[in-house]
Amino acid sequence: MSALQRLFKFHGGVKPAYNKEASTGLPIAVAPASTLLVIPLHQSIGGMPRPLVKAGERVLKGQRIGGADGNASSAVHASTSGTVVAVEMRLMPHTSGLAALCVVIEPDGRDEWMERHPFDYRSASPTQTRDYLRDAGVVGLGGAVFPTHLKLNPGKQGKLDTLVLNGAECEPFITCDDVLMRERAETILKGAVIMRELLAAGQVLIGIEDNKPEAIAAMEIAARAVNQAAGDSAMKVVAVPTRYPAGGAKQLIRVLTGIEVPHGKRSTDYGVQCFNVGTAYAVYEAIALGQPLLSRIVTVAGNVSGARNYEVLFGTSMRDLIALCDPLPDSDRVIMGGPMMGLLMPSDDVPVVKATNCVLVGSKKLFPPPPPEMPCIRCGECAKACPSDLQPFEMYWFSRARIFGKAQEYNLFDCIECGCCAYVCPSHIPLVDYYRFAKSEIWAREIEKEAADVARERYEFRLLREEREKQEKAAKLAAKTAAGREKAAAALAEATKPAATPEEDAKKALIAAALERAKAQKEQVHPENVSNLTSEQQAEVDAIEARRAEIREMAKPHLRQDD
Amino acid sequence: MFEAILVMAFGAVVLGAALGYAAVRFRVEGDPLVEKIDAILPQTQCGQCGFPGCKPYAQAIAKGEAEINQCPPGGEEGIHKLADLLGREFKPLSAEHGVEKPKSVALIDEQVCIGCTLCIQACPVDAIVGAAKQMHTVVAPLCTGCELCLPPCPVNCITMEPIGESVETWKWKYPVFKINPAQREAK
Amino acid sequence: MNNSPYFLKPASVQSVMLRVLVALLPGIAAYVWFFGAGILVQIVLASVTALVAEAVMLKLRGKPLMLFLSDGSALVTAWLIALTFPSIAPWWLTVLGTLLAIVVAKHLYGGLGQNPFNPAMVAFALMIVAYPLLMSQWPRVDATDFAVQWQAIFGNRQILDAVTMATPLDALRTVLRDPEQRAMIGGLLGTKATFGNVGGKGWEWIAAGYFLGGLYLLQQRIITWHMPAAFLATLCVISGAFALHDPERFAGPGFQLFTGGAMLAAFFIVTDPVSGATTPRGKLIFAGGAAVLTWIIRTFGAYPDGIAFAVLLMNIAAPLIDMYTQPPVFGHKDKRGGPP
Ligand code: SF4
Ligand code: SF4
Ligand code: SF4
Repeated sequence: MSALQRLFKFHGGVKPAYNKEASTGLPIAVAPASTLLVIPLHQSIGGMPRPLVKAGERVLKGQRIGGADGNASSAVHASTSGTVVAVEMRLMPHTSGLAALCVVIEPDGRDEWMERHPFDYRSASPTQTRDYLRDAGVVGLGGAVFPTHLKLNPGKQGKLDTLVLNGAECEPFITCDDVLMRERAETILKGAVIMRELLAAGQVLIGIEDNKPEAIAAMEIAARAVNQAAGDSAMKVVAVPTRYPAGGAKQLIRVLTGIEVPHGKRSTDYGVQCFNVGTAYAVYEAIALGQPLLSRIVTVAGNVSGARNYEVLFGTSMRDLIALCDPLPDSDRVIMGGPMMGLLMPSDDVPVVKATNCVLVGSKKLFPPPPPEMPCIRCGECAKACPSDLQPFEMYWFSRARIFGKAQEYNLFDCIECGCCAYVCPSHIPLVDYYRFAKSEIWAREIEKEAADVARERYEFRLLREEREKQEKAAKLAAKTAAGREKAAAALAEATKPAATPEEDAKKALIAAALERAKAQKEQVHPENVSNLTSEQQAEVDAIEARRAEIREMAKPHLRQDD
Repeated sequence: MFEAILVMAFGAVVLGAALGYAAVRFRVEGDPLVEKIDAILPQTQCGQCGFPGCKPYAQAIAKGEAEINQCPPGGEEGIHKLADLLGREFKPLSAEHGVEKPKSVALIDEQVCIGCTLCIQACPVDAIVGAAKQMHTVVAPLCTGCELCLPPCPVNCITMEPIGESVETWKWKYPVFKINPAQREAK
Repeated sequence: MNNSPYFLKPASVQSVMLRVLVALLPGIAAYVWFFGAGILVQIVLASVTALVAEAVMLKLRGKPLMLFLSDGSALVTAWLIALTFPSIAPWWLTVLGTLLAIVVAKHLYGGLGQNPFNPAMVAFALMIVAYPLLMSQWPRVDATDFAVQWQAIFGNRQILDAVTMATPLDALRTVLRDPEQRAMIGGLLGTKATFGNVGGKGWEWIAAGYFLGGLYLLQQRIITWHMPAAFLATLCVISGAFALHDPERFAGPGFQLFTGGAMLAAFFIVTDPVSGATTPRGKLIFAGGAAVLTWIIRTFGAYPDGIAFAVLLMNIAAPLIDMYTQPPVFGHKDKRGGPP
């Protein structure tokens, strides 16, 4: 059936050495839980979930420990049963080497599930289903960890032409999707069936790079079964040419449908939506089995002698995981993800999270330090390789010179940071580093500018308000009898500086008047909620009042100083 | 020779036309200078520049009554931008107006606050909420870090807390120009 | 430690430049065959000068010496200078030209990758303006004696008259500028004795050698087809049109393509990435423009070959061309599936 599908091409791309065989030899194994699971609360794009547990609490496997913050967020769960030993800042699996709030669980070894109920999505409203998936913590498992419930929305027209399942897995070394498809094809497709229903999608295209014949075969068998059961031919497995980054969502959509989804646009507006095969698997587990997202398949590869795929509980330390695979002695770094886009880890003792598709062990021999950077010779190799049809050397030039506006004009934000340009550059320029730098500077500036705009507005409003108050006070003052005003003014003028200008007099008068008014008001106003106090409460209030009086005494010298 | 001149003249005309077209095509619509200067100023409204806020300082710069290096929160970068905008020479930040500090927000120690409202009155952007004799607090996202609320507080319960970096706000660094990897390793 | 990507394709500026040098070899071989080994002397002169000048400039600018010296870019410039200068030019002319190219046109503009003008063409243009006579004394096809050429290069210019001749382009223009002789052009172009079969005796074979080298560069994906195709096609069309209109006055495409530096320009000079346009459409415009200017200067200008001036003029326009020919970015093309 794959022969029938018309394929499109995307511009650029590269063919690095794939190095995938090492980790596909053995079936998926279950990694044992670490002695402590460190589960970061913020594991997806969107708002930071609120912690729902406290240190000392016992949690069950699957219990929610972080509640989604608003709709654009995703919950996190205890990956096994045990005791929460801390909710504290821990080192994150992120190049920054910064810490973030994590729930630290000491597993009790019993792996005791909470109560699980399948979710009947057919009788629930789409919103309810999406809320359910949000609370089940299902996010995209291709590496971008975008909350899945936000993408399971067919958009305005209420239906889609095509649901794309991404099994291309184009990055070297990574094989987690490959083995998942080989071993659990039916489950993936059961998830795809659910997604298809939720999206009202016409067809499901499963794109797999043609260097994974086993996965293609397994998925084809499963797809045939699904098609037979449904009596249609909606599920199609499509072998796509092997070329990095064919597994980029946009590139795969382009290859399978010919549609190019521009940066910043929703693909549903174009009638397609794309999910990773692992995400389909997670959707099935969440909906049909009532199991939130607690683990994922992780490839451990690189400078290890026993590369393999493991099913790993979130929070497991990468160090423990690597130890299972016999790392070679010259290993000097851990990379989360593949060699083209992976993030350098600040340490090997960081937890596996939802974004961890691969733990890549590096060494000087495997990933030698890049040769010295030379100036750009504008050879255009990078532009030839760029799958987003960008002019990388122009963006590089302006990012390097910190002319960010120009870099943006050259569509910096369409760059998917795939690394193809840096891979081919004969001058060995770390091009992507420049883009990352420019992008984060631009974001920071954007935020700063927004804050400055708010501050300006609020400041101007305050000036306006002060002006208005002044006028109001002046009007009130004018309403008082002329005689009274004169008297007060005269008295003040005499008492203080005789040389005071009339303006100052008026101001002083205003203040005096305001003080008087305040005094009068104070007498009139009775504090609320103080009539029926118990004696205890009254005592408390008295104590507070006493303390305040004391503080006021203490404060007096300061006040005088400032005057 | 005549032909050569013709050819050169032809080239000059073509290029001139192209440049002229580019100039027309890329002309920026001018908006008033004060607005432009104000857009560069950080809007901290701290008054360190010697003016009661960013806008008055912007007006003073536009009129040529103030130097461009008087705004500490804007820092070197701000001065560079002003210099670019106004076509003036860059000057280092004038020391008498203060020093550039990391961005901070004010934090009121709520145990100590006596509810005097003095800080509310001092805050240029109304970022402090509270009422007379009630505990006050700073709405951190609105605080510009101007420090104007510190001196009036009779009990000194306001401190400036530098805003730390988080994974979300962390910025990728400018790539180092690695000319000689051997040297780098030797260090 | 560096960030992703963690491994790179084994490519380097050095390997690019080396392959360009290799691609020049067939043309050089033909050159030696027809015009004698004097050109080899020029190549050595230019190369040594370029490397020394490069080293001194790198030292002065505080750049790592070996890294940049070994990138091969200076050698490419040197070889192009040697190949565009007359092979019996006095030694100091080549040395001076190379110095100007490396010191002024390259390093004073910021070194590798920063020069807005093609250094070799800057050298050619400056030299031909300063020493028009010396720059148009080319060896005669049959005077390939190495000893004589050596003498010509190093001092004894008296023997020159015996061994030089006007290039076909020169001859053509001299005739063209003299209204009384115009009728001769047709005859002149037909003379196989001076003009070989198409582009001038010897010249056409050198051009064929460059063409071969160009194909190698294309196959190695060092250059794209845009520039050579646009340059040659434009030159072909424009000269063809005029030759059709008045074959008595204008030389046809066969001659224009295979004489002078046209082939060299098409594959090695306009394709210089640093100073040229970089977008696909930009490359077409750049090379096409260079071809038009080349033809105009060849036909009406004061100097024998117009390539240097044509390329320099287009260098000025390159940034502008690039700006207006940005290819559409992924998703911004007007294709199937625009937003509903
Ligand atoms: S590949 Fe490198 S040297 Fe070539 S144009 Fe791109 S950035 Fe410049
Ligand atoms: S990293 Fe960005 S600029 Fe470079 S090839 Fe990928 S998309 Fe293009
Ligand atoms: S010093 Fe303060 S008030 Fe003055 S411009 Fe800068 S931020 Fe605004």
